[in-house]
Formats: sequence, structure tokens, C-alpha cells
Amino acid sequence: MSRIGVFICHCGENISRTVDVERVAREVGLLPGVAFSTDYKYMCSDPGQNLLKKAIQEQKLSHVVVAACSPRMHERTFRKAVEAAGLNPFLCEMANIREHCSWVHENKEEATVKAVEIVGMMVERVKKNRVLPTITVPVTKRSLVIGGGIAGIQAALDIADAGHEVILVEREPSIGGHMAQLSETFPTLDCSQCIMTPKMVDVANHPKIRLYTYSEIELVEGYIGNFQVTIRKKARSVDEDKCTGCGVCMEKCPIRKIPNKFDCNLGMRPAIYVPFPQAVPNTPVIDRENCTKFKTGKCGLCQKVCGPGAVDYEQEDRLIVEPVGAIVVATGFDLYNITEKPKGSMIKGYGEFGHGKIPDVIDGMTFERLASASGPTGGKILRPSDGKEPKQIVFIQCIGSRAREKGISYCSKVCCMYTAKHTMLYHHKVHDGQAYVFFMDARTPGKAYDEFWRRSIEEEEAVYIRGMVSRLYQKGDKIVVMGSDIAVGVQVEIEADMVVLATAVQPQAGADALAQKLGISYDKYNFYSEAHAKLRPVECATAGIYLAGACQGPKDIPDTVSQASAAAAKVMTLFAKDKLEREPIVARVREAGCVGCFACKKVCAYGAVEEKEIRDRQGNLIKVVAYVNPGVCGGCGTCQATCPSKCVELDGYTDEQIVAMIEAL
Amino acid sequence: MHPEKQKHTFEPKIIAFVCTWCTYAGADLAGTSRMQYPPNVRVLKFPCTGRIDPVFILKAFQQGADGVLVSGCHPGDCHYIAGNFHARRRFAVFRKLLEFVGVDLNRLQFSWVSAAEGGKWVEVVTDLTEKVRAMGPMTEFRELALEEQWSGAINTPELEEAYNQI
Repeated sequence: MSRIGVFICHCGENISRTVDVERVAREVGLLPGVAFSTDYKYMCSDPGQNLLKKAIQEQKLSHVVVAACSPRMHERTFRKAVEAAGLNPFLCEMANIREHCSWVHENKEEATVKAVEIVGMMVERVKKNRVLPTITVPVTKRSLVIGGGIAGIQAALDIADAGHEVILVEREPSIGGHMAQLSETFPTLDCSQCIMTPKMVDVANHPKIRLYTYSEIELVEGYIGNFQVTIRKKARSVDEDKCTGCGVCMEKCPIRKIPNKFDCNLGMRPAIYVPFPQAVPNTPVIDRENCTKFKTGKCGLCQKVCGPGAVDYEQEDRLIVEPVGAIVVATGFDLYNITEKPKGSMIKGYGEFGHGKIPDVIDGMTFERLASASGPTGGKILRPSDGKEPKQIVFIQCIGSRAREKGISYCSKVCCMYTAKHTMLYHHKVHDGQAYVFFMDARTPGKAYDEFWRRSIEEEEAVYIRGMVSRLYQKGDKIVVMGSDIAVGVQVEIEADMVVLATAVQPQAGADALAQKLGISYDKYNFYSEAHAKLRPVECATAGIYLAGACQGPKDIPDTVSQASAAAAKVMTLFAKDKLEREPIVARVREAGCVGCFACKKVCAYGAVEEKEIRDRQGNLIKVVAYVNPGVCGGCGTCQATCPSKCVELDGYTDEQIVAMIEAL
Repeated sequence: MHPEKQKHTFEPKIIAFVCTWCTYAGADLAGTSRMQYPPNVRVLKFPCTGRIDPVFILKAFQQGADGVLVSGCHPGDCHYIAGNFHARRRFAVFRKLLEFVGVDLNRLQFSWVSAAEGGKWVEVVTDLTEKVRAMGPMTEFRELALEEQWSGAINTPELEEAYNQI
């Protein structure tokens, strides 16, 4: 038998002005199960809460209904007060008679009747409330960071500096990502390598960071605080423990003409290589597709010259399982490719720009490698086709970005700034050259960004032409750029020596496949989705997984670093406690009735529904039922409404509670 | 603020099933903004529209509701990623079923009201109340219930006839 206490708040005059609170208390007091009802001027005040606590103890109340403001306002307050008085906090409900009654009605009689009904409804509901224990989940205080670019490096260093172990997984043979490829960075023009490589070394030397390069995520199981991650460590063919990084193998390798991806295929590398001289770890990898030893079985020169005997042709891929409590995804970006894309792809490519077949039409990253002092030309701006210095250079912005007809409608955010930087770098290196920029808008929000952009025009003499380019074609050794200047309203034709396209920022290839392994959501471009665009920008909707950097959307370096540190802070918050506490509003399966149709599993957006085998004492399988993992469940209740046998129940919103409310009307 | 308050002969009972993150918050906003709307609506809070079982709507009608409102987050805004999409599909089918059974679909309204749309909440509630008021009470379920259940009276002619036959 329930002994319900009902407390009606006046809220100063906010409620009592239009609702006759004494009458509500009187009428509600007559409802079956209500043992005590009273009204008070300010229930949320200290004396109000004490009144509540005292009544619970003196009247031996079993349930509590507080009729006051919205539960969004004070539910937590009253549940805490109830808990302090020794009751389970989930035996307390609020009836909203302010926002939903006294404030929206003028007629006192009508408002009072409505208030009585609202309170009555909650009285019926609270009778069906059950004691809900707080759910605690253990937390493994180790973190996985996927991606070794600046985002992953920053997040890994922050978490490791806080004293927690970090597993950093990078797909390429070296960490560093795209930032290591850049020449100089806007808006300060400091050398990217100079600020990046010390951080890479920090990662390699950090006692709390375990680095897996040339590795990929194979499988992710588990949930917040308790993930099991399987990492595929691809065969490097060089023993990392033995290798000293002397580089003799790379010098002796007879295969020398393999385009280096790190240099955007401008430079060449041997078959045993490190992608760039400052690579971390500085351990070479054998490119098995191009190595003579692997193709024909002959050669083996690198093994012969290796002093420490590190080269190992027999090495195989290894699968490593690591338990972690949190995952930071920092897989970064790739650039839009103007070559023709296969049918069915959202990306259309640029036929009007020759689909990437004109050798001196390059993208922004290739220009970065040309301008980089450690690049294939030693920092000289030279044409890829004939090695001549371009005297007329045209930059075209928004290639792929903001171009719905090409498949992408978003702005890539960084191109305006890096194109401005490119015009400066060009002007610094080719004094008698002229840079032209075709642009739609110059978008330069950011600290010292607009000043930087203006400098490219006012001091570095770049000519900005507002308009787009309709066609590029080769004419002799020139590239004819046909565009329009919409500010003047004329067609423009420039015979350029080189054209640089500011191609759109896109997620890494395979971003969707990784998202499916992680169980996180992504948008139609394959950018990963945050839990809330404004208030939870670094968390995934899947608990325990956080985002950093351009995998979530185009970002420049300062934004990426900020988000990476924010993600690290989220991980540290999670790791601050030994056990994770969460609201017990989770779904539960009544296993006796479950028929194992797994309709609930299909609708669960969180991947919280698992399959559980029920066996008898002999170990024979009786049936497979659904099991909702309370650590993962978001508490939406979609499974319950979907379940055909009505065997899932969302605690706090059970069918019993809802029907009791409807029947009270 | 209000024109001459009209006296109505029939006050409909409206039950609103709303999600806690968008529409409930929207209704709260209508309150904090002191907007006015008819007092006929009773709000039931759910975590998500995805939790709302169509059976609840039937139950509401059975319990004497004259109109039912279901409202949640706008598509794409769901706090629980996709609950409102499941709700939308479910109710698209459920409406068809109700129509087939013969329930006037004007009594059942679906809408999206965000946490910022206090004004829209007032509009939706007022419109539905006026619409249902014009339609009159929903009697179909009650009549069915009367037919199927013994009314509890012990002196009906039928019973008397039965007694006499013993």
C-alpha cells in the first residue's frame, strides 16, 4: 500500500495567483493512496525541502509528488531531497502546474481543475514507480586514439600527461599526418615541421603512450569504460626493436623510382623506406608490392646490409587486443580528387579542368610539398612537367567545396586562408612572378586571419578576381584559364604556367567503414557526427567515443588542436572516477517472454542490444534473447514501443506508469 | 489580451504525448513566455517520441480523450539520434489503420515542436482544441465499451426476464 505525499508549491505567487493551491491540496488529499498533502510558499527553498524531508520521515511516506514548476527545472533538486530523507530518488515525481498550467491560463477555476488533474495523474504514475538503483559501470583507465595527425597527437599527449595510458594507432608508417606535409602555416607563417616534429618525438618518448604505426583498427567491441579493441599491426618487414634507423637499407635498395605518397607523388622513394626523414618511428617499412624480394624472391640486399639484422621478410600481420575505456577518433581528412570518379559516387570530378590530366594543374597539398624546404624540390616552386619556374600562377578556390553540382555543398573552411598563404609563399620565392586568385568569397574568420588575407593582396601583390573558372586547357606549355570577373562583369582569360586548385576537404577514404566498426554515426559526406552540434561538439552519440579534428568536419590547425584537447578533457573526466555512474533510465528485457526476434536491436541507435544465450544446467541452448547493455543504452525507449511481445521495458517510463497516467484522466 | 471569453457547451479532453527534449521544453517555454492557450490539454512526458506505443493512443481514446496530440523533435534533431524517425514511420502506418477502423483522423494530430517553439506549441494546441470542439465528443469508443461491458445495473429488463425464466 502506498503512502504518497503530495506537496503543492505556491512559487511565490506564480502558481497561487491562478491556481487555488489549498483546494488542490485538499482535493488531491482525498485520492486513494495519498497519505499526506500540503501546500507551501516555496517548495524548492531550504525550509520547503526540510518540510518535505520531515514529512517523509514523520508520515512514513513511500512516494512523493511535488506539484510545482517544470521537472526540467527542479526534478533533480527534489529527487536529491527525497534521497536525503532515505527514499529512492526515483520514487519522486514532479507535476508541472506552473509552466503547463498557472502561467498559461487566466481563469482560476479552469486552472485549478486542470492542476488537480495534473497532480492526480502524477499520483497514479508514482504509485507504479519502482526503486531504481544507480547504475555503475567499471572504467578501464586506458584510452585509444585513432589517427596520428596533429589531432591524435594532441589528444594522446594531453591524456598521457594526465597520467593515463594511451594507445595511439596510425595507419601510415609514421605519425604526423597532413600537418607534417605542410610547408608553413597560416596566419604566422611558421614552419609546420618545426612545430610538428617536436610533438611527434614527444609521442615516441612518452612513457604512457604506446604507439602502433602501420596499423589499423580491426574490431571494436564493448561499451563506454570497457572497450576491447583489436588492432591489426601490418607486417613492416623490419623489426622495430632491432632497427637503429641508420638508413643503410634505403641507400642500398636498387628499386628507387616509386612515387612517394608523402610528397604527393612528386618525389621518388626506394622500396624500403620511411615516408619522410623526420618520421616517427624512424623505422623503415618494405613496400611489398614493389619490392623485388617479394615479387621474384631474388635481391634481399637490404637484409644483407642491415647491421643489426632487423630486416625480416617472414614477418606477418599481427592482431593485438587492447582493453580501453575511451576512444578518441582523429582520422582526419583527405582532399577532393578532380579525376573522374566511378559511377554512383557522390563526387563528380572536374571534366572541365581535364580530370587531373594536365600535369601542371596541381592541388593545394602538392603546392605545399613544392614550397616545403624538405620537399622534393628543396623548397623551390617548380612545375612538375618540366621543372621550370612558373611566372604566372593561378589559384582557384572552392574546387569541390560549395559546389552542389560536384557533390559537396559545404565550405572547406581552410582554403581561403591557405590560398592566401600560397600567394605569399609564391611571392617570397618567385619575386618576378604574378599570382592570381579566383574566388567566390573570402572567408577569413579567426584571430589575425583577415589581416593575413589582406596582407596577401596589399603587400604580397596577389590579384584577387571574384568569379569562377569555367575551363582549363593546355595550350603549348601554358594552361589557359577561362574565368569570369563578376565584380567587373567581364570574361577573363589568363595564360598560366601553373594552376593550383584549392580542392575540398573530405573525410578519409574508409571513414564510413571505421564508423561502422565503432558504431558511431556519420553524415552523407562521411564526416563523423557529434552528439550535439553546439553543446556536445566533441562527443559521439555513442558513449565513450570522442571526436577530434577534421574527421568531424573541415578544420584548421588551431581548431583541431582545441578540439583534440577538449576530447582529451572529456576522456579525463571519464577517467576521474573508478566507476561510471549513470541515470538508471535504461531499457530492460524480460527474458522469459523474449522470443529473440531482435526487432529492438534493429531500431537501437546506440547498439546497446546484444544477443544473450540462455542455457540449461547441462549447457544446452534453450533460446537466444535480447540483452540491453545498461552502460550503452541511451534511454529513448524506442525498443519498447517496437517490441512485438512487449518484453522490453524502459525503467522510469514503463507501460504500467504510462497507462496509469492515461487511466487517471 | 483575450477577447470576450466564450462559453462553450462542450469542452474536449485533449491528451498530448510529447518528448521531453523538444516539445515538453517548448511547452515550458510557452509557459515562461506567459502565452495563453485553452486548458483542455493534459501533457504526458516521454523520453522520446520513439517510446510512444500506438496502444497509448488507443488507450487515451478509450479513456475518453476527444483528441490526441503526438509531438516530438523535428526530424534530424532527435536527442536519441533517430527515435523520432521510428515514431514517424510507426504513426504513418498507425494512422492508416485508424482510418480503416473508422476513427476520424482529425482527432489525432502529429507535429514537431522544438524547444524554441513556444509559439508553435500554443498554436498546435489551440488549433487542435478548436477543431475537436467543433467535432463534438468522441463517442465511438465509449459506445463500444458500453456494448461490451456489463453496465453494473441489476434491474435491467433483460436481467429481469432472465430471472423469471429460472
